[in-house]
Amino acid sequence: MLRYTLKRLMSLCISLAIASLVIFAVIEIAPGDPASLMLGVNATEETLAALRTELGLDQTKVQRYLAWIGGMLRGDFGMSYQYRTPVSEMIAQRLWVSLPLALYALALSTLIAFPAGIYAAARRGKPGDISVMGATQVGIAIPNFWFAMMLVLIFAIILRWFSAGGCAGWDKGFFAAMKSLTLPAIALALPQAAILARVMRSSLLDVLGEDFVRTARAKGLSRGQALRRHGLRNALIPVLTILGLQFSFLLAGGIIIEQVFYLPGLGRLIFQSISARDLIVVESVTMLLVFAVIVVNFAVDLAYAAVDPRLRART
Amino acid sequence: MSRNLILGGALSVLVVIAALVSFVWTPFEHTAMNIPAKLQTPNAAHWFGTDHFGRDMFSMIMVGARTSIAVAFVAVGIGVGLGVPLGLWAAARQGGWVDEIIMRGNDLIFAFPSLVIAILITAIFGAGAVNAIIAIGIFNIPVFARVTRGGALPLWAREFILAARVAGKGAARISVEHILPNIANLLIVQATIQFSLGILAEAALSYVGLGAQPPTPSWGRMLADAQTLVSIAPHMALVPGFAIILTVLGLNLLGDGLRDVRDPRLRVARV
Repeated sequence: MLRYTLKRLMSLCISLAIASLVIFAVIEIAPGDPASLMLGVNATEETLAALRTELGLDQTKVQRYLAWIGGMLRGDFGMSYQYRTPVSEMIAQRLWVSLPLALYALALSTLIAFPAGIYAAARRGKPGDISVMGATQVGIAIPNFWFAMMLVLIFAIILRWFSAGGCAGWDKGFFAAMKSLTLPAIALALPQAAILARVMRSSLLDVLGEDFVRTARAKGLSRGQALRRHGLRNALIPVLTILGLQFSFLLAGGIIIEQVFYLPGLGRLIFQSISARDLIVVESVTMLLVFAVIVVNFAVDLAYAAVDPRLRART
Repeated sequence: MSRNLILGGALSVLVVIAALVSFVWTPFEHTAMNIPAKLQTPNAAHWFGTDHFGRDMFSMIMVGARTSIAVAFVAVGIGVGLGVPLGLWAAARQGGWVDEIIMRGNDLIFAFPSLVIAILITAIFGAGAVNAIIAIGIFNIPVFARVTRGGALPLWAREFILAARVAGKGAARISVEHILPNIANLLIVQATIQFSLGILAEAALSYVGLGAQPPTPSWGRMLADAQTLVSIAPHMALVPGFAIILTVLGLNLLGDGLRDVRDPRLRVARV
């Protein structure tokens, strides 16, 4: 297990290094000089040069890359060109919206998908199974931002149960903040729940065909008992892998949903920074999201290998 | 033939026909504004109603199908064009450094949150259909490379490949003449799935303003236009939404149906 962990850790570091290079390169090619954008068209050549020096834009690309990476390792993400505040502060602020949203959506997706998947597997081939599988097909086809608009229309505009957008903020109390995240979380969760329910079902069906389940049935357990006591635990392994992958998707995928609900999360920060050419913010937020995805994938791989020794041997 | 195949095929063909017909005929000019007729709900003259500029939504949906299909098609083309040769190469040199580099490179692209990178690419290099295609297409490459390699590896151990090697054929020729035809079905199924994902991705990019630019109609941008008007004109959001859902649903069912035809053993397990 140690050898496997070290090997995966090395590939994690390589992935992060290459990811940072790619992101830095993409941002470097971006047209537009942040200094002249900040000072406007009337700026003199001297003030522009002074600002470039202050922002470190006059250094070579290698120096800038190393400074960026070194800063991030120390938790210093640089200074926003637009707001002149530390990027790390801006990110921390926005993370209080994006992270709870992703976790909330993950919890909802699990709560919907597990019962649906188990129900479908238990009633394989019967009308109940066919209806659930039909619903998941539709769920996968629904764009989450469209679903978000429909939720706003029904629950905010017609029924007035929720607000149509914005975040109440955690200082207004836990329930007020969670309430404002409820519609976005549902919009994010449902298409993911559809995928998860299908994985749950097929994984359960695989396990139910195994010899040990047949043995359980032979010793007198009903299909439901065999499923609960022996099937479920074994079927959960692939499901947990997908769940881990979905978390990173929910964190990154939230950026469009945040647009629909005007939530002040990381997604909106990216879009605002892109339009303001505040490239240091774009660079750091993108790197943070990539970092989160790569680390979650790494954790999922390790967890999977810990449960399933065959995987360790293979790699 | 399975129900999935028929229903999925019918929906997909319908969308393709709508897109093709839009080249020669639409009920109205899709860019023609008619302010007095704005925000009409579906009626005899405007089957899907009109938008806030009084444009005919049915015509816009027809032309929008063109954009969706074109973007998704080329993005899948990039994935197939680059991913399949890479996968074939990796399988032919299994375990070698070529295989290792190709597969690790693929792992890396998989690790990137695709939507974030797609937004980054289109935002930096300019919004538009071409950049959207590139952004979506890049992430199709590892998918096809992986599927191709996975399908090709077991074939390399088969007798007929051995016979071809004995006959003096090289790895490249065997890959093209013997491996590729045998994994074609697998690739077609994957292409349908990637096609539907491409349509969803294009809609998402257009929705945030990074896809096809006006006056080219796109389903995603129609939804963006509808957002602020959803309370007074819900049809503006419903119509493009259903167009996307039915297209993606059709393609997914088609993919499932094709897979069932290819592998009858799955018919029992799948609904």
